[in-house]
Amino acid sequence: MPHDHPDHDAPDGLSPSGHPYRADQDTDLTYWQTLEIAVRELMIDKGVVTPAEVTAQVEAMDARSPADGAAVVARAWTDAAFRARLLSDGSAACAEMGFDVGPMKLIAVENTPEVHNVIVRTLCSCYPRNLLGLPPDWYKSRAYRSRTVREPRAVLAEFGLVLPSSTTVRVHDSTADMRYIVLPMRPDGTDGMTAQDLAKLVTRDAMIGVGVARAPA
Amino acid sequence: MADSDYLGPGRRWHDMGGDLAGPVPTADHDFALWEKRVDALVILSGLKGVFTVDGLRRVLEDMGPEAFETMTYYERWVAALNQNHLEQGTYTVAELATKMAEVQARGATYGAANHVP
Repeated sequence: MPHDHPDHDAPDGLSPSGHPYRADQDTDLTYWQTLEIAVRELMIDKGVVTPAEVTAQVEAMDARSPADGAAVVARAWTDAAFRARLLSDGSAACAEMGFDVGPMKLIAVENTPEVHNVIVRTLCSCYPRNLLGLPPDWYKSRAYRSRTVREPRAVLAEFGLVLPSSTTVRVHDSTADMRYIVLPMRPDGTDGMTAQDLAKLVTRDAMIGVGVARAPA
Repeated sequence: MADSDYLGPGRRWHDMGGDLAGPVPTADHDFALWEKRVDALVILSGLKGVFTVDGLRRVLEDMGPEAFETMTYYERWVAALNQNHLEQGTYTVAELATKMAEVQARGATYGAANHVP
């Protein structure tokens, strides 16, 4: 039986999926938890899904993390032909690396010294989950969804990212069938680093566009 | 609250891009097992052809702004998951009621309620 407690160490006190752990939830059963169990068991009873399929789907979700997107970014930084393929067809380029983004279209947008890109989903909370795992809470918040298209520089400043007024900020609003990922700029002082080491500099926030890649240590 | 509580023609509550709002919240959390299962059941329902992401979103959007403010993300999702299955005839309301009572009778925690005697 899968359980809910942190049992894998991850950097920065984050779970393997890159989210902070929450407190144990050995609390009274809620109505919505009851509904989840009931729907799941009915789906199984009626032959829509098997228990193994549910478990496999949860495991696949747990296996996805921002490290997947980071590997794609690091490859784009070190392989010019791959970078070109990523920018022309994000879905196909990711599939090449074994990351299936499903039927939706994935578009990679590239940051340059002149242009900074940031992604949002104003209508709900669609997110490039096949490359980044499940979204952080703030991505789904009313504040982020509302304000990012209205005052992106103010939102970015709340994340600690203050861009010069000469930088163009482009906001990309995803749809249910089309997701964006930001290809951040490669940090200075990283010449000669391997793709594997470069990937460690690529944060989730850099790929959403509310941050930039880390400087090398 | 948003400045555009006024919703112009054709604009629904979930179309919140461009509204005024407070600071972006910084709190984040990992997902509980029941939430991951809700996510998995929604994805699997799509893969099995029961309903699409549009079916999910229709129910979420029809819940209105109050649900958005008072229910958590996966609470809304499990409600939409259930609604779509009822509509598609996967199970009946009576079967759901029986199953809900059965699950509740198993114990007072999520772990206990998952344990089929």
